[in-house]
Amino acid sequence: MSELLREDRRVWLLIAGVIGLFALFVPFSAAAFGVNYDYTLRTVALGGAVLGIVSGVLGCFAVLRQQSLMGDALSHAALPGVAVAFLIAGRELGVLLIGAGLASWLGIRFITSVTRTTRIKQDTAMGITLAAWFAMGVALLSYIQGRPDASQAGLDKFILGQAAAIVQSDVQLVSVVGLMTIFVLALFWKEFKLITFDPEFAGANGFPARALDTLLSTLIVVAIVLGLQLAGVILMVGMLIAPAVAARQWTHRLGQMAALSATFGAFAGATGAIISAVEVGLPTGPLIIVVASLIVIVSICLAPERGLVWTLWRQRQDRQKFAAQNILEDLYRHALGHGDVYFPTPDVLLVGLRGSTARTGLQRLEREKMIVKHGDNWVLTEAGIINATAGTHESNVAQNNVQNSPLKPETILAGAK
Amino acid sequence: METAAHEQHSAPLALEIEDLTVAYNSKPALWDVDLQVPEGVLMAIVGPNGAGKSTLIKAALNLIPRAAGDVRFYGKSYAQARDLVGYVPQRGSVDWDFPTSVLDVVTMGLYGSLGWFKRPGKKERETAIQALDQVGMADFAQRQISQLSGGQQQRTFLARALVQEAQLYFMDEPFAAVDAVTERAIVVLLQELRARNKTVIVVHHDLQTVPDYFDYVTLINVEVIASGPTSTIFTDDNLKKTYGGRVSNIGGDLLLAVGD
Repeated sequence: MSELLREDRRVWLLIAGVIGLFALFVPFSAAAFGVNYDYTLRTVALGGAVLGIVSGVLGCFAVLRQQSLMGDALSHAALPGVAVAFLIAGRELGVLLIGAGLASWLGIRFITSVTRTTRIKQDTAMGITLAAWFAMGVALLSYIQGRPDASQAGLDKFILGQAAAIVQSDVQLVSVVGLMTIFVLALFWKEFKLITFDPEFAGANGFPARALDTLLSTLIVVAIVLGLQLAGVILMVGMLIAPAVAARQWTHRLGQMAALSATFGAFAGATGAIISAVEVGLPTGPLIIVVASLIVIVSICLAPERGLVWTLWRQRQDRQKFAAQNILEDLYRHALGHGDVYFPTPDVLLVGLRGSTARTGLQRLEREKMIVKHGDNWVLTEAGIINATAGTHESNVAQNNVQNSPLKPETILAGAK
Repeated sequence: METAAHEQHSAPLALEIEDLTVAYNSKPALWDVDLQVPEGVLMAIVGPNGAGKSTLIKAALNLIPRAAGDVRFYGKSYAQARDLVGYVPQRGSVDWDFPTSVLDVVTMGLYGSLGWFKRPGKKERETAIQALDQVGMADFAQRQISQLSGGQQQRTFLARALVQEAQLYFMDEPFAAVDAVTERAIVVLLQELRARNKTVIVVHHDLQTVPDYFDYVTLINVEVIASGPTSTIFTDDNLKKTYGGRVSNIGGDLLLAVGD
């Protein structure tokens, strides 16, 4: 139980830490770089944060369902939809996003039917679709930009994302749709968790696994499409999966993972959008992904239990323990070879035998009171003798040796003085 | 075969399968399967690899499409009898690195009875802990599932099926690659279930333990070769028919011969 509580606390502290970091980032950027938090910038930052939350939460499911690459194919496939929607209905964000969603959806249908009806594997089908849809999108955008029509300005920003182009009505739109998405997710939380973990069992329990699967995929498509204007079709997948991957390192609970992922997503979205809006011409997508990737790197390095630093530290501990145990057994054998378990072993012998690991091993053993130093020699203690033979058939023999020894550590140490 | 089943057990049928055929890519995985399982038996489904053992369970539970056939549970269709049926999938079928706890997985067994939108609460947690206790896993309730051994994973899955309080259980290879403690725990559990007049159908690999663990057996190789009480059905002759003569019975020990 205490293990669980510690993990809970860790997650909430981390969320508070990220929020605190953002609270520091705002005045720092204002003071150091003269960032002016005017109305426009606040709108952009809010948009980035909302999108980060939506894609962060849904990204957890994309990652756990092993659909990260599908997310990439989906966002690339959205581009021709944006172009076609513009040609039909003009530059209205809602319409462009509906077009993007439809193109994405057609992309998935295409991938699924190719996988089902031919011998082509899914990853290949995704690669083909991604490239074909994206190429169509780029071609259409070139055509649109060649037209003598001022309203197409900025449409190409959908490729890499541009926060500066976001206006308040855009933020309202993505906030409302994003909140609806999260509401549906919360409503079906239990069911989505079940079909993600064990779709067969869900089916056997009467849940319409395929319909739920489609609903969840649709929510992921919505999250991707909402983020296109900000992050761009090329890098949207990073905004979807990077916060989730980072969050996974810190927790073993789906709910906490989602909360943490939302926080990371909001932080990356808001800071990325702010930085890009200040320096005109910097595309937002890459900036958001740089921030999100930094969070991933820090998480992979530092997270307890799963993190690299933690793993390396534990491996070091294991190595030291192993080295110490070897030295303990060397000492025991050497002492026994001289007829008494308390017979002193010269320091140089051990260093010669075990090389550089002897030093750390001996220090560790001395700290654990398994051995005592006696001039230039080492002598086993009773605990050391017991441990040297622990788990072997010799342990009884060792006990007897301790009792029968004419040499006692006290006498040896007294003799040394 | 049908008549044998009726004569042996006058109890109602827990499971009745008629003319079940399943095909993958137009190759039959199950061909015209008729099967009658009386209430209160522990039944092993035995057969070589690719004989359609798991397919039989999945097709019965509507998890894969049938080409033909009808399946009745206590005389009812699956939609009507869903609450009566519990399912333990192969443990390899899920990602054990999923971020969740043992208790959470067991609670999933109650999602079906909770219905839509409702979240599991204190009552569900208590039921789940009881089931974990039954399989000797109560101390692991808060454990992250990626930290479990194979046997502990299997017992977690069994606990998840137990909370369903079903009448008829389907278990897909519960004995596959588990430790001795788990094997023992599963056997005890099966006997408890039988004592409570539950019916358990188990896909099983280890021919040697069939007579010890199960009182009923179905031998299958795409078609049903034989089905009935273990004492009369689990014979050398029937096994040879099932495995294509690759089984020999030497001194009471069943051995799978290498090659043909």
